[in-house]
Amino acid sequence: MLRFRGGVSPMKKIMMDDKAIERALARVAHEIIERNKGTEQLVILGIPTRGYHLAVRLQKKIEEIEGVKPPTGAVDATLYRDDLGIKKDQPPLKKMDIPISIDGKTIIMVDDVLFTGRTTRAAMNALMDFGRPLSIQLAVLVDRGHRELPIKADYVGKNIPTSRKEGVKVHLEETDGVSEVVTEAAVD
Amino acid sequence: MRLKRKDLLGIEELSAEEITLILTTAESFREVSEREIKKVPTLRGRTVINLFYEPSTRTRTSFEIAAKRMSADAVNISVSASSVVKGETLKDTARNLEAMRPDCIVIRHASAGTPHMLAGYVGCSVINAGDGAHEHPSQALLDMLTVKEKKGRIEGLKVAIIGDITHSRVARSNIYGFTRLGASVTVAGPPTMLPPGIEALGCKATTNMEAALKDTDVVMMLRIQLERQKESFFPTIREYSRLYGLNEEKLRKAKPDAVILHPGPINRGVEISSEVADGPYSLILDQVTNGVAVRMAVFYLLLGAAREE
Repeated sequence: MLRFRGGVSPMKKIMMDDKAIERALARVAHEIIERNKGTEQLVILGIPTRGYHLAVRLQKKIEEIEGVKPPTGAVDATLYRDDLGIKKDQPPLKKMDIPISIDGKTIIMVDDVLFTGRTTRAAMNALMDFGRPLSIQLAVLVDRGHRELPIKADYVGKNIPTSRKEGVKVHLEETDGVSEVVTEAAVD
Repeated sequence: MRLKRKDLLGIEELSAEEITLILTTAESFREVSEREIKKVPTLRGRTVINLFYEPSTRTRTSFEIAAKRMSADAVNISVSASSVVKGETLKDTARNLEAMRPDCIVIRHASAGTPHMLAGYVGCSVINAGDGAHEHPSQALLDMLTVKEKKGRIEGLKVAIIGDITHSRVARSNIYGFTRLGASVTVAGPPTMLPPGIEALGCKATTNMEAALKDTDVVMMLRIQLERQKESFFPTIREYSRLYGLNEEKLRKAKPDAVILHPGPINRGVEISSEVADGPYSLILDQVTNGVAVRMAVFYLLLGAAREE
């Protein structure tokens, strides 16, 4: 796949490359294990599409450290969004994949970018329909600020201060053929 | 991504992309019905009216359950208990219902074209739940979903539709749907139940059931609709069953892994034998399960976004 890399476009800036993403995920995996004193009762659920792939990567990293593979799945927030019926475009539905009962479990919810917090809210509501977890912790690769709801990430790969108009994109090998985090200046 | 239309009136008007979008969306909705809490808040505050001018258990219940699992409010109007028996015209009924500000009217009617007419009268979405011998789009969508679930694809499959083709809206919608997605469809039935010129819809036609069954992947049996037959189209039920009823012996003509569909309600021992209807390749109950998912998907795609003004 042909791509422009290394900031060829002045509008686009690479904030994290493949290595930086891997290092950040490794640190987050350690933090998750440290804070929860192990992996018992952990369930990792990613918000599709890229949050799910990050969840799978975290699962692998935790397995490398602890030798245990916590159950991993996907929680699609689409049906719980607060902008359905307001926006003219409709987001495509993704798959829900809750591998085991979440009652009494500690859920690590994984997303690629934390922005307004609205997706996180929707995903938490979706989870509550599946049971009563002991707690939900939020892990994100990028926190770009501008929250519109009282939501805070427990684990952050990288804080990237942005202006509201800027774009932050996470590309992953699994979906985009290359792993990187880029910011794009607002196009008027 | 959304359906760029207000109404779902038939499969004929849908493109392959639109059908695929509905089926993919329905695949995601299947999971909701498997939860302990079978409800998502997506269509909170929306109102769906089920307006059924013909008897129906399966379809009406399926639409009602689908609406409720999406958190929409579903209201059922059965015509025998409504103002229609007092002589109200369809147009007046429509105007009055519309004045109550529903978001969607699901209509079944004995006359072909009624949903189209209704869609012109009202500003809300209209879904055709069966109009005369014309179309039954949600049934065809659930049939396609069921086949896609079991076979993994629709393109390239051989589909045989057998029975009363003349009176069957299910057959028409399925011919449009399966051929549009790249399957080849053969219809078979007695000459009195095989409308001349049906090939114009893109299918093959034969009066020989065995020929239609040969090497087929999907066998779709139609119900003999005794209530629609004021005159008789075949001498005796026993003769019909012998020539066009599906039993294990006839099923051997089809591919060994052929699946069997029936829109229900089935007449056991008439168009389908009990051992086939209850056999391992029968998908009759999967169809009913998928019916809810498909209707949830249709509600989501028609009502889930802001109206294009």
